[in-house]
Amino acid sequence: MQEHDLSWVRTEMALAEKAPARERGVVAWLRKNLMATPVDGILTLIGLVVVALIVPPILNWVLFSAQWTGADRAVCATVAQGGSQPEGWSGACWAFINAKFAQFMFGRYTDSERWRVILVAVMFVALLVPLMIPRVPRKGLNAILLFLVFPVIAFFLLVGGAFGLPYVETQLWGGLLVTLVLSTVGIAVSLPLGILLALGRRSRLPVVKAVCVIFIETVRGVPLVTVLFMASVMLPLFLPAGMTFDKFLRALIGVALFASAYMAEVIRGGLQAIPKGQYEGADSLGLTYWQKTGLIVLPQALKLVIPGIVNTFIGMFKDTSLVYIIGMFDLLGIVRQNFADATWASAQTPMSGLVFAGFVFWIFCFGMSRYSIYMERRLDTGHKR
Amino acid sequence: MASQDAFGRTAAPRSSVLNDPRVRGVLYQIVLFVLLVLFIYWIVGNTVDNLRRLNISSGFAFLNQRAGFDISQSLIAYTSDSRYSRALLVGLLNTLLVAAAGIVTATIIGFVVGIARLSNNWLIRKIALVYVEVFRNIPPLLVIFFWYFGVISVLPAARDSIALPFGAYLNQRGFYLPKAIWGDGAWLIPLGLALAIVMAVFVARRARQRQEATGQQFPVMWTNLGLIVGLPLLAYFAAGMPLSFDYPQKQTFNLTGGFAVTPEFLSLYLALSFYTASFIAEIVRAGILGVSKGQSEASFALGLRSGQALRLVVVPQAMRIVIPPLTSQYLNLTKNSSLAIAIGYPDLTAVGGTILNQSGQAIEIVAVWMVIYLGISLATSAFMNWFNAKMALVER
Repeated sequence: MQEHDLSWVRTEMALAEKAPARERGVVAWLRKNLMATPVDGILTLIGLVVVALIVPPILNWVLFSAQWTGADRAVCATVAQGGSQPEGWSGACWAFINAKFAQFMFGRYTDSERWRVILVAVMFVALLVPLMIPRVPRKGLNAILLFLVFPVIAFFLLVGGAFGLPYVETQLWGGLLVTLVLSTVGIAVSLPLGILLALGRRSRLPVVKAVCVIFIETVRGVPLVTVLFMASVMLPLFLPAGMTFDKFLRALIGVALFASAYMAEVIRGGLQAIPKGQYEGADSLGLTYWQKTGLIVLPQALKLVIPGIVNTFIGMFKDTSLVYIIGMFDLLGIVRQNFADATWASAQTPMSGLVFAGFVFWIFCFGMSRYSIYMERRLDTGHKR
Repeated sequence: MASQDAFGRTAAPRSSVLNDPRVRGVLYQIVLFVLLVLFIYWIVGNTVDNLRRLNISSGFAFLNQRAGFDISQSLIAYTSDSRYSRALLVGLLNTLLVAAAGIVTATIIGFVVGIARLSNNWLIRKIALVYVEVFRNIPPLLVIFFWYFGVISVLPAARDSIALPFGAYLNQRGFYLPKAIWGDGAWLIPLGLALAIVMAVFVARRARQRQEATGQQFPVMWTNLGLIVGLPLLAYFAAGMPLSFDYPQKQTFNLTGGFAVTPEFLSLYLALSFYTASFIAEIVRAGILGVSKGQSEASFALGLRSGQALRLVVVPQAMRIVIPPLTSQYLNLTKNSSLAIAIGYPDLTAVGGTILNQSGQAIEIVAVWMVIYLGISLATSAFMNWFNAKMALVER
């Protein structure tokens, strides 16, 4: 073979040309995303008007006109309302939040014992965060500490009455403490109970199936307010005379039962999505029902429905605010209760309190939903159709 | 224990009947059933004891007693002399009213925001995203309080009511609208409307038959719009324009006349609409994304215009994905309307709660609640299932 003498051969790839000027930069982005068509341009204008109408007043109210410090309502009221602000002033009363912050967090929990609540919170965060970060090792030990040891310690720390800790009745609990205790216990109870109900609903045993279906459909058909009323009014009637339940515990039972019915339906969706071959494969390996369920079916089913499970958690977290209706003071309830406080009552107080409570709820719920998206991506093994 | 079958082989020895899954299943169920019966027996026994001790007579006879409390908003005649049963009916109607109004508004806002989430326009997309993320992540009760304590209760007092177009007024006591007063012969108008609807259904059916038989199209929409608007209008003029308005009058301390929407209703309605709309928006978005792109591309290839492609190809398929979760959102909205009790809107739960406090008939009231809410849920599900079946994919 004779070597061809090629005069010139390019040995390296040519660098990509830059995109044409009209396809890059801010102007191109604007043209593409805001003014692609005349209709688009009009929409952008409408959007700008909406933003201009909404955002500046909100910023002004939340930041620029807001009152951050003060001793009473005078800083948050106009002169005509008996305060010190000029006529027409409108701004958030963060001084109110500042003054009531401890109450919003702990309710009327005994002042000298609040370190116990803080300690429980610190322990909870210290155990939960490593469990949530996949890279941190020793997940087994961590989970045992969080799910078995922590609840016991937290119970004695919060309630007291043992180990020399004074007893703090749940009547005194309030604020974010109640919201978090109700929702974490609700989550911890509703997940296993929901799994059992979902399995029961798909059981081949007619009695088991009927019991589960009736429970799930009844609870899902009525509002949580009704369930809470039932827990607070009817539960005492169901128990023998003299035996009473703590009001807090009754609310807890109501919330947990309510959430487990919804959880059961979410998990059932996951169970139904597992192909029959998986069940048959497990059967042919000679696994028992519980081995099959625990080792083969549930790991796949739960992974599929993580978004649904987290949505149920978020729903339950939000629903804990309803205990206000049966006379308990969670975060929202205690904020609402403080509207009537004569020291702080002004036209701006309710909105300030609600925005604060909304922000706290939002942080928690938004955090949960982001974490669920993260986990969903991480666990996605590519089997999804 | 070994036995032989027809071929002389020895069957495997069975260790115990208990290992037979069928026997076990039956045993488990018997145990569960017995436990359940014992549990119910225990509860019923306790309840009967407690009721006897508290001197509460059970049964629904109390529903015929005089209610003795006023209800701030009622669709039917009600006074404090009415019976408990009447009060519950008022509550039920109020629940249905706020739920129906909320469902309509939430659907409209939800569809607009859901489509805006998929807009090509960056700004519109982000505004919709902020709306959805804000409302999805705060409790509905907080949204209700927001409207009630944060917005409506800081509106001006009646003296300085905000005047709106068409003679309406807005102040902290509610929203005042002109009230329509129908004169003699007004019954002709609903009659005209009913006639128009019947004719519209007939026209639509005939047009479809004709299109299937001959391929010719008929402008069904315009004809029916003309019928439904035209016939009642015709009836209105034929009856001699029997409509006048009672406008709210501004007095020194109050507004008189007109039709007042209470602040409680307004707060609840707005809160439920805005809250549920954020969920509906996500459902709509998921539904539209769920229709594969090939469908719209294929319809363009067939020469459909983008409006036609959307109406004839994409939306019918998206609706199949959208309807089941939409149903549960409607049910959630109806159930969330029970939060009315927190601001004193007299819905079924609030009225029931008042009766419960007055009479102490806890079990009966809770039973009434459960039956009615379950009934509403089942009726809504049944209707949406029917609608779903109508829209479902017809497969071979």
